[in-house]
Amino acid sequence: MRVVLAEDLFLLRDGLVRMLEAYGFEIVAAVESGPELDRALAESAPDVAVVDVRLPPTHTDEGLQCALRARRARPGLPVLVLSQHVERLYARELLADGNGGVGYLLKDRVFDADQFVDAVRRVAAGGTAMDPQVIQQLLAHRATRERPVDRLTPRELEVLGLMAQGRSNAAIAAQLVVTERAIAKHTSNIFAKLGLEVSDDDNRRVLAVLAHLDRDR
Amino acid sequence: MTGGALLGQTFHMDTQTRQDHAPGGARDRAREVLLAAVRGLVLAAVLLPFSLLMLILTVVSVALVPLGVGLFTTPALLGGVRALADLRRGLADEWCGIRVPPAYRHIPASAKPWTRTFAQLRDPQVRRDLVWLPVDATAGFVTALLPAVLVFYPVEGFALAAGLWRPVARTEPYWYGFVPVTGQASALGAGALALVLLLAGARYAPRLLTAHFRLTRAVLAPGAAELTERVRVLTETRRDAVDSSAAELRRIERDLHDGAQARLVAMGMDLGTVEMLLDRDPEQARELLRRARQSSADALEELRDLVQGIHPPVLAERGLGDAVRALALRLPLPVEVSVELPGRAEAPVESAAYFAVSEVLTNAVKHSGAERLTVDLHHAGGALRITVTDDGRGGASVAGGSGLAGVERRLGTFDGVLAVSSPAGGPTLVTMEIPCALS
Repeated sequence: MRVVLAEDLFLLRDGLVRMLEAYGFEIVAAVESGPELDRALAESAPDVAVVDVRLPPTHTDEGLQCALRARRARPGLPVLVLSQHVERLYARELLADGNGGVGYLLKDRVFDADQFVDAVRRVAAGGTAMDPQVIQQLLAHRATRERPVDRLTPRELEVLGLMAQGRSNAAIAAQLVVTERAIAKHTSNIFAKLGLEVSDDDNRRVLAVLAHLDRDR
Repeated sequence: MTGGALLGQTFHMDTQTRQDHAPGGARDRAREVLLAAVRGLVLAAVLLPFSLLMLILTVVSVALVPLGVGLFTTPALLGGVRALADLRRGLADEWCGIRVPPAYRHIPASAKPWTRTFAQLRDPQVRRDLVWLPVDATAGFVTALLPAVLVFYPVEGFALAAGLWRPVARTEPYWYGFVPVTGQASALGAGALALVLLLAGARYAPRLLTAHFRLTRAVLAPGAAELTERVRVLTETRRDAVDSSAAELRRIERDLHDGAQARLVAMGMDLGTVEMLLDRDPEQARELLRRARQSSADALEELRDLVQGIHPPVLAERGLGDAVRALALRLPLPVEVSVELPGRAEAPVESAAYFAVSEVLTNAVKHSGAERLTVDLHHAGGALRITVTDDGRGGASVAGGSGLAGVERRLGTFDGVLAVSSPAGGPTLVTMEIPCALS
């Protein structure tokens, strides 16, 4: 799998290259600034781009802007955005085109190499990888009125949280140590309670849940 | 307005006087004299009539305040007077290097006509503007016209001496100054007077123009009492700023010391032990590795919170508008945010504004019982204007050590102001203004 990597700090860039190569990815470009990233994305047509939000020369949200630009030029281009902090605002912008193939994770998530690589693969395959912190913000208690989400059981909330991160039923089942059938049952309950249409397509399902949570909150 | 500016002013005047006596070329001197004359003429003929006009209009308008009409015309007219005075301030600096610092009080744009009119009339600078109008129309007129007269009037005298007396003094004497011109002899007398005037003009015209602007400064510039007051306010806000930044630094130091720093120490220690245990007890080594990883995750989490409190990353990346939007998305209540900022303010102003909004919103969420909040950010009249509204129970106030008092104090460092309108039963409206330019 061909990867373009953009990260301005040498230590992190080097570490990511090593890790991804160890898991069998091919790093076609490892760049350190916005303009270089623009060029790499245009020239090397990667399967997935792993991009730091903050890049030179502006040291603002250059990386995010590059990623959004590249996805406008090539809709659905898989992009995994990494950052020291996560904002619902940015998640919303990344998800806005409804095309999938989007990841948005805290840099801390690279600590768990297996999970991180799993997220990269998922995004490359057109899926979603949302940071648990984003989901936490979306599910956070809302003081004034009752929402459909408040009618879920604790277990269902747990499943919903994992689903919103972009995990498949199999992965959720493995994490919660239950059968996939049990998860499928939870999922259909959740969709019924939220008033969403059940879809067999994992990715559509995630996007629908995220859209619902973002709208509802 | 500051001591530095005043010193600069004196220095400027000194150089000006020295230039008068400098043995520069005669042509330079002639140009300087002619320029002073033209400028004096422009002032006397074009600008001073406006002073008279504004004086009359303002007096009428203020007289109409009891009838109500004046409430609407007075602010506009005072604005006009200010523009006129600002123009003269600009010319004083440009033409004679005399700096006349303005010291208007800041009045919120949202003020009602009544409040606005009286706040303006109470402003010492506005009062000085009004005193300046009649002074400008009399003494100012004379000092501005004199250089022009001294330089241009002699032209007529020379023309008379050269033969112009023939057509103009045919039947009765033609008066040039105090000289009755009747024939060639008296025409030569007029020429002599013209020469004297011109010599006086050559010597004094630039100085007279300077005198005009010094007069302007004497009337328009703030007095010592006002400067003392300003110094007092600045000293106070500076002390607040230093205090709060020192407290902030202490908090950051403590957080780092007890948090991230301690965790990194623990992590290093665990890793050292892991190295030792690697061969002897791999199982325990693995457990310690897991703990070290957890420590690093916790340290990161703490650093992230700390950074959020020092300078939120979204603020650095996107500026005030998006930072407030992101903040709104984190709150447990629906917050409607509207932003109209054509550029970015300076970083310290953005940061102060962000934390002010954050504090006011947090306050509203905690205490108001509101269901909806709105934030409006825009830039107008040289100031960043922020309005936070909630539909809660009201009764908020700046008094009594509330969070709002802290916000007011911190905005004070930037000459910013905060106003709260919060009747019992709501709604609450908090308005903040920080004078600043956008880039």
